[in-house]
Amino acid sequence: MKRWTLWVPLALFALFIGVAAYQLTQPKDEFIASTMIGEPLPEFDLRAASLDRPALKTGDLRDGKPRLLNVFASWCIPCIAEAPHLETLRRQGVDIVAVAIRDRPQDVARFLANYGNPYSRIGADDLSEVQLAIGSSGVPETFVVDGQGIIRYQHIGDIRASDVPLLMQKLAEAQ
Amino acid sequence: MSVSRSLLVTFSALLAMVAMPAAAQDSLPPAPYAYNQLADPEQEAVAQDLMETLRCLKCQSQSIADSDAPMAGDMRHQVRTRIEMGEEPEAIRAWLVARYGDYVSYAPTVSETTWPLFAVPLLLILLAAIILWRRLRART
Repeated sequence: MKRWTLWVPLALFALFIGVAAYQLTQPKDEFIASTMIGEPLPEFDLRAASLDRPALKTGDLRDGKPRLLNVFASWCIPCIAEAPHLETLRRQGVDIVAVAIRDRPQDVARFLANYGNPYSRIGADDLSEVQLAIGSSGVPETFVVDGQGIIRYQHIGDIRASDVPLLMQKLAEAQ
Repeated sequence: MSVSRSLLVTFSALLAMVAMPAAAQDSLPPAPYAYNQLADPEQEAVAQDLMETLRCLKCQSQSIADSDAPMAGDMRHQVRTRIEMGEEPEAIRAWLVARYGDYVSYAPTVSETTWPLFAVPLLLILLAAIILWRRLRART
């Protein structure tokens, strides 16, 4: 009688190779999702990032109305790509506030003049403090915040045209 | 080719050499404690130990102590100012883990998902010991 247990190590090895080969063919997911979904926004009070829009503090996001909190920067190239889609959202009646990461007022003004300004308020986050406090790991990112200032949803990366309906749905769910 | 045209070509070639990278950098100076140590060497040592075990979110194979990404600089600033104010290193790590998950920390923890990493080696050693014991016993 052949001892079948002799084949167990080989089978285990084959299983290991199989798992490793499968994992190697999978695209790497480099997104780090915020674990602050369902949590209240941290307390912050930022200065205005541009002259023609008011500053941003946590209290502004607790007025009972759900809105988008967009994390962007004038030096961020994908932020240019999402600008028209933010404008689409604004035209559909969405209030969008923003946090500008590590930015100078003149650079923010130039960016908004070139690519449009869909924001009702823009706060300047010079030390990425708010960004770190809400678990955002890059620009651009967009958070759905409900009327009580609770983070409801995070969109990582630039908003494409195809993302607009989902964001509208998440905003409706945050009502 | 005219002179002006060849000049234009040369100029474009030069421009291409200094082309803007896809991930642009910001123009603000680094955060005060991004590249400056704390005045108290003991506090700085504590901060340094912690920074070496926190993952840079922009450059995911580096610790924030190793990275020159502006966001890593802002994270170092955050760590150093909190240490300076007397916050415990593990409290700072917990604050970051609450925001980014285990991913942000290089310090291994036993959790619901990671326990097999600690259990499997122990099981393998136990298995090897049993096999070895049985073989040695069979031989004598």
